[in-house]
Amino acid sequence: MKLKVNGEEREVPSGTTVAALLPMLGIDGGRIAVEVNTEIVPKSEHGSRVLREDDQLEIVTMVGGG
Amino acid sequence: MARDTPLRDDQVERYSRNILLKEVGGTGQRKLLSSRVLLIGAGGLGSPSGLYLAAAGIGTLGVADSDRVDLTNLQRQIAHGTDCVGRDKVESMARAIRRLNPDVTVELHGRISEKHIPFADYDVVLDGSDNFETRFLVNDAAVRLGVPLISAAVLRFEGQLTTVLPGDDHPCYRCLYSGPPAEGTVPSCSQAGVLGSIAGTMGTLQATEAVKLLLGKGALMVGKLLLYDGWTGEFRTVCYRRDPACTACGGVNCGENGGA
Repeated sequence: MKLKVNGEEREVPSGTTVAALLPMLGIDGGRIAVEVNTEIVPKSEHGSRVLREDDQLEIVTMVGGG
Repeated sequence: MARDTPLRDDQVERYSRNILLKEVGGTGQRKLLSSRVLLIGAGGLGSPSGLYLAAAGIGTLGVADSDRVDLTNLQRQIAHGTDCVGRDKVESMARAIRRLNPDVTVELHGRISEKHIPFADYDVVLDGSDNFETRFLVNDAAVRLGVPLISAAVLRFEGQLTTVLPGDDHPCYRCLYSGPPAEGTVPSCSQAGVLGSIAGTMGTLQATEAVKLLLGKGALMVGKLLLYDGWTGEFRTVCYRRDPACTACGGVNCGENGGA
């Protein structure tokens, strides 16, 4: 199925969860928040949140400067 | 000052542009003058937020920082001047605040740590710290003590802001980001740089958020993360909700809907 990640189209197996997607993108889940269709998915739901065709994802990277 | 203390003539004049706003008025201005705000960090965010809050007539500003002013700070930390290099930042900040508005009482604090969390004395805490350990410590303490928190952060051309309120179903900073990143995986401003005016943008947004919170009016960024990309000129807001597994707020304040 097709998804959009940070504006770019990606093909992933159907049934892919947020937790499964992150390693495909080469992303360490420890320093980011994952936004699906403008809402952040809580970290404890990354494993159970199954992505759907045409979902739009943004990977939000934490910044800590002040 | 107490909330019912009448404004002096010079205060009516000084704060006239605030008082003209029907959302503020004389009542709101007296509320601001009786309010207490704690700034974590007297740096790139604390400078603009602190100066604007001082100008707005916040009665008491606490400033927590243990650093000294360095020449590399002056590109963005606008509360400090060239003649302040080498001085304690809290002293330099206090001087800038008093010069701007002698109505403000300034309280100086050292670095926030597990042993030094003076939040309970304040109406709201503004996090403008420069490291993740402090950010999570501040969030966890604010949640535990039931003190509102306005958190902002910057790096390069980017800024982020969210507001955390105690109680009920409100999510916290740890619901958004579960914990500090592994060392070295996210750069700091001293490693990756930051445009000074980006810190100015985010610090002034924190000040606006604080004024609304203190007045008890307007919409706050609760459960919302504001993302500012200064390079593309875009602001974006994303929603987030409480993570039931959050180690800071997931297990507390569980009402009928909470923690579910």
